[in-house]
Amino acid sequence: MPQFLLELFSEEIPARMQKRAAEDLKKLLMDALSKAGFLPGGMETFSAPRRLVAVVEGLPERTADVREERKGPKVDAPAQAIEGFLRGAGLTDINQARVVSDPKKGDFYVADLVKPGRATPDALAEIVPDIIRNFPWPKSMRWGEGTLRWVRPLHRLLAVFDGEIVPFDVDGIAASNISEGHRFHGTGTFEVKDFEDYEAKLSAAHVVLDRDQRKAQIKADAQTLCHARNLELIDDEGLLEEVCGLVDEPHVIMGDMDPSFLDLPPEVIRLTLRVNQKYFVVRDPKTGGLAPHFIIVSNVKATDGGKKIALGNARVLAARLNDARYFWDLDRKASLESRVPKLDTLVFHEKLGSVGDKVRRIVALAGEIAPLVGADVAAAKHAALLAKADLTTEMVGEFPELQGVMGRYYQLHEAVLPRATGEGDPAQQGGGGTPPSVGSADSSPASQGSTRVRANTIIADAIRDHYKPVGPSDQVPSEPVAMAVALADKLDTLTGFFAIGEKPTGSGDPYALRRAALGVIRIVREAGVRFVLAEKTTANGLLDFILERLRVSLRDEGFAPDVLEAAFAIPDDDIVRIVARVTALAKVLKTEDGANLVAGLKRGANILRAEEKKDGAAAQGTVSDALLAVPAEQGLHQALVAAESQMDQALATEAFDTAMSALAGLRGPVDLFFEGVLVNDADAAIRQNRLALLVKLRTVSERVADFSKLAGG
Amino acid sequence: MTQSIAPNAAPRETPCSRALAAGKVPSFQDIILTLSDYWARQGCVILQPYDTEVGAGTLHPATTLRALGPKPWRAAYVQPSRRPKDGRYGENPNRLGHYYQYQVILKPNPPNLQELYLNSLYEIGIDPTLHDIRFVEDDWENPTVGAWGLGWEIWCDGMEVSQFTYFQQVGGLDCKPVSGELTYGLERLAMYVQGVENVYDLDFNGLGVSYGDVFLENERQQSTFNFEESDPAMLKRWFEDAERMCTHLRDKRLPLPAFDWALKCSHLFNLLDARGVVSPTERQSFIARVRDQAKGCAVLWAETQAPAQEQVV
Repeated sequence: MPQFLLELFSEEIPARMQKRAAEDLKKLLMDALSKAGFLPGGMETFSAPRRLVAVVEGLPERTADVREERKGPKVDAPAQAIEGFLRGAGLTDINQARVVSDPKKGDFYVADLVKPGRATPDALAEIVPDIIRNFPWPKSMRWGEGTLRWVRPLHRLLAVFDGEIVPFDVDGIAASNISEGHRFHGTGTFEVKDFEDYEAKLSAAHVVLDRDQRKAQIKADAQTLCHARNLELIDDEGLLEEVCGLVDEPHVIMGDMDPSFLDLPPEVIRLTLRVNQKYFVVRDPKTGGLAPHFIIVSNVKATDGGKKIALGNARVLAARLNDARYFWDLDRKASLESRVPKLDTLVFHEKLGSVGDKVRRIVALAGEIAPLVGADVAAAKHAALLAKADLTTEMVGEFPELQGVMGRYYQLHEAVLPRATGEGDPAQQGGGGTPPSVGSADSSPASQGSTRVRANTIIADAIRDHYKPVGPSDQVPSEPVAMAVALADKLDTLTGFFAIGEKPTGSGDPYALRRAALGVIRIVREAGVRFVLAEKTTANGLLDFILERLRVSLRDEGFAPDVLEAAFAIPDDDIVRIVARVTALAKVLKTEDGANLVAGLKRGANILRAEEKKDGAAAQGTVSDALLAVPAEQGLHQALVAAESQMDQALATEAFDTAMSALAGLRGPVDLFFEGVLVNDADAAIRQNRLALLVKLRTVSERVADFSKLAGG
Repeated sequence: MTQSIAPNAAPRETPCSRALAAGKVPSFQDIILTLSDYWARQGCVILQPYDTEVGAGTLHPATTLRALGPKPWRAAYVQPSRRPKDGRYGENPNRLGHYYQYQVILKPNPPNLQELYLNSLYEIGIDPTLHDIRFVEDDWENPTVGAWGLGWEIWCDGMEVSQFTYFQQVGGLDCKPVSGELTYGLERLAMYVQGVENVYDLDFNGLGVSYGDVFLENERQQSTFNFEESDPAMLKRWFEDAERMCTHLRDKRLPLPAFDWALKCSHLFNLLDARGVVSPTERQSFIARVRDQAKGCAVLWAETQAPAQEQVV
């Protein structure tokens, strides 16, 4: 079966858009082909810096004829109706239609319409221009004097079906069988017969069409270069995705970095290499730290083996790292504390004031939270005060993603300076850029000095870690001071945005409030922090929002929706207690007694509901011992009283497992009750008493969950 | 060297080729002269720098205004860019408060603009078989004149040496036809070609005059002015006067002189900003005021170019 090959050849497509573009092309082409009546045998699409390519296998030479029966009017219908039918069906004479007899409807006309199949190239010549004109680029442009839009100027369309050019034209670009290879290593244009021919010629013209192949090649070559020098490549999938979109044929080169740059924080070096220069970072397995080398993926195979490219890149990198070092030295001249007042000029949000305002709120909140997480109040407040100060540093201005990380480094630097935090004029000290060694001018005894260093490290770590967790795979802070600041920061953000009505919607969460809520939940759960969430979440709707996130994350952990529903029905705002309740409920439901008890509880609830409906009032009253006539109801009552007291004790210590077991222990008496007792007794007093017994059963069970929400049973 | 790199690289003597033939690196002015020679061959009028302070070569009316309207236009020129805030008293090897851009505009953009650009690199001594030249996505936007376009920054061995943009809108108006705009960072390019680490060490003329000889003192004094000696009250006053003048000239439908005054507003704001006397809120408002003037000029200019052109503002 014939094959269709399409290449859209343009100027360099942004690397980040290439993968998606190939996927979009596949989908659009597949949809359009099936709409036109094709069932392609297979399709592959590719993207490279200057081209999008599709190859479709197993297309017929023409589409099949489409037959359709069209019902017409009755044979005795007025002439107008018959004429209308003829026009609509494209017939010239009524004799071209058949007459069909129907016992009920009588005789009527039917036209047999045949929509003849089309030659496949004709269909393709319609489909492809349409796809080009409506391609969903994230951003597109015009060029020259034309009106066509594409991601960058589109130069050539290669469209070959079964060896022949598919005849079409898009805004003056005529389809052809011509392509070209690498911008610098290609040797001009060439003609293409089919995909095999195309791939071979492209490969000879130094284009690796398949992006996965380019990626694999980059990775393998980079690893080989590293191994040869006993180094390790630091994997970076994101960078690999980007870099493979910048080269038609990857040539991997190792460049050298001045080792003196290695005294910069490794995060700074990595970001400079990765973000600014798109280099891979290399590790020295002997030291575990970064090695003074880097990996460049070049688009050209240089005639000198890449020496000039390596040197050129090393020079650019040196200039970049010199900038970074300049920031590093400059930033350390002013302490974080001295920077805090500057936060008043940084807008946090138009309606929520400056970052300075936020910091004052976090300081207060961290102070309140500190005792709950076992943190020193003064330390938590101090860490909160400094948490955002690195936003005013040059380094964070250059690399916003280093917020917190740089703050930690700058705070650690404080410890090696001859001053206690907050003492003297910070701007005057450490002004030389080269800090004195630890304790050199410190008059305090060494032990006090090291205590100070340790205390400062806790503050510094909290500055870095208060942003955690930044994603589902990130860890939560484990040190109490960091926890207090992290909770304070997140709760403040949530409270602020909820207060001004900037709640997340189905489509958008621009302030990452879901992430903040999840952060609160994870920290509270992992640390077992006990606090009344309602007190810290007074903004309208915030408590429900957080509880909903909790429910979603528990569901993601595998708890059944109905179990969550049943447990969340008990009003509670203590995350730790809610989780304990959910866990205990899920556990007891897995036991035989637990599962069967659910059936009994439900049966009781149903009877209650039915009788209450009959009475038109809620059943109530206390159970009277005297009116308990049958042993089964006496047994249930005794069991209930016992279970209740056990549950009281267990719930007082939040021993939900014990409480649930006590409840599950009712299974036997409940079963016996329903086997041996008719609730709807003729004697109204007995009936009332039995209903009261069922109410008690419900009330007792509802101390741990609303069992009516459970499925099954 | 393949066909596609230098299709019309007829052997032609230029200041750069002479230097290279003599085994020397091209001087700073060799690069400027060669680029002018090259772009003159592509039909550009070779203009001289605009005589009002601008923060970027794009703001020269030969680019900003000429990008609007239907008439074809090709121009190339050197433009000093003044960025008062970037001054470093001559102490930073890479940052300058005053530097040169080489600016090219081709309207409509020819289909082979990328090749033309690569040839220009070749002519100043950058051999694409020895260097890794790449087109890296970079969308350009200048809200001050309501302009944006799509294109790339051009990397040579990891260094950004030029900006390549297809103008889509100026003054909020669609560019029809589209102009191709090239901006070469001349100092960077020359540092690269000459293998120099410090901008002040650049060989300016091949006869012993360095970039530092020409500009170091200027950087020092201008930095002192920008950061210490400028008079904020006076600058604010002048800003307001320039703004009024611009409004007046726009009322009189004189977009060209009006645009000069919009540029002055922009520069006066940059001076205030460098002086550190503009609060964040004020900053927004200053930028909006400059933008309104500059956009107004662009719209007015477009009307004089093609009264029938559809307005999309």
